[in-house]
Amino acid sequence: MQNKIIHWFKYGSPQSFYPLAGKMLPWFVTLAVIFGSAGLWLGFFVAPTDAVQGEGYRIIFVHVAASWMSMFLYLVMAFWAGLGLALNTRLSSMMASAVAPTGALMAFISLWTGALWGKPMWGTWWVWDARLTSELILLFLYLGFLALQAAIDEPRRADKAGAILALVGVVNVPIIYFSVTWWNTLHQGASVSLTKSPSMAVTMLWGMLLMALCFWMYSIAMTLMRVRVIILERERTSEWVKHAVA
Amino acid sequence: MKARHKRIAIIVGGLASLSIAAFFVLNALNSNIALFFTPTQVYAGEAPKDRVFRIGGMVRDGSLQRNSMTVHFVVTDTAKDIPVAYTGILPDLFKEGKGVVAQGKLGPDGQFIATEVLAKHDANYMPPEAKHAIDQAQAERMEKTLTRMVAKPTPVP
Repeated sequence: MQNKIIHWFKYGSPQSFYPLAGKMLPWFVTLAVIFGSAGLWLGFFVAPTDAVQGEGYRIIFVHVAASWMSMFLYLVMAFWAGLGLALNTRLSSMMASAVAPTGALMAFISLWTGALWGKPMWGTWWVWDARLTSELILLFLYLGFLALQAAIDEPRRADKAGAILALVGVVNVPIIYFSVTWWNTLHQGASVSLTKSPSMAVTMLWGMLLMALCFWMYSIAMTLMRVRVIILERERTSEWVKHAVA
Repeated sequence: MKARHKRIAIIVGGLASLSIAAFFVLNALNSNIALFFTPTQVYAGEAPKDRVFRIGGMVRDGSLQRNSMTVHFVVTDTAKDIPVAYTGILPDLFKEGKGVVAQGKLGPDGQFIATEVLAKHDANYMPPEAKHAIDQAQAERMEKTLTRMVAKPTPVP
């Protein structure tokens, strides 16, 4: 029994996490493809037409999944950045840097699909309401984090500066989420939340959840892929990287 | 205290004070963050007088009138009503009994002259058959209440 215990903390070192990430990567890619095809099939061929918005509502299957992930990934990024700042663990900061570009992509997709949805339904591409504005700030926080890290040459200092920005920006995430209940906005309230039963047809809901799972798996896969590159880049002077690359 | 513990304390303390600061700032900016004023707020004089602002609410049932290029309708929050005049194209989802946000100025006669009208929809998504069933159930309930009221009129105080 004793020798069956896995020493989880050993994966906190970049050297042992590098091969583990490589092993996990294809699984998450596969899951993303499976959930994505199931979600899109359900969303485009099975889910019924909406009574008010007709076929146009189907952009929800991309829009909501991207918006959820953009907020969730920011929390993940801030968590790793904070952990790196507090404990000085190298891998934590690398994870934060690896999450950021995918988070920025999700925020961008959320805003863009939102604009495409807003024009035919609301009658405008953009309006400065609290939900839309705070999501735009989220995109800028991601871009600011990336720019700040890119501007500082020394990785450890870049990690620290980025971590402080990431942690300060965390305040924005609950503001995005609750903006539609705290202030009057053009954006409608949540259709799906933890506190009440969802206000949408069951097949629509399943399509949306499957797409959210797809985006989740995709984000993990991209993060693992990116963190492997960051590990190699930052540890390039070490013996094990020289062996791995050779 | 180890250096690590100190750093954790600084991070937690920093986040806590930041949240409090954000709370106060958002509280102070409350009326500026809100996208629109409700008719009740406009009547209470909270809306700007000689400046463009937005009103929001429901389009009152039966209030929509088309008059060549100009449409007239009433925005209500069930407590107060504001008549609106708008010249232009309405969004597809604009409907009586549904949400609307209009931007414009309040005229001296109390009529809101809108330059932009946006439709605000709710967070419910359902197939047309389900919507039909819900509408029918509502209509039936309404009818029952009406027949009850006719059969047994409520005493006038």
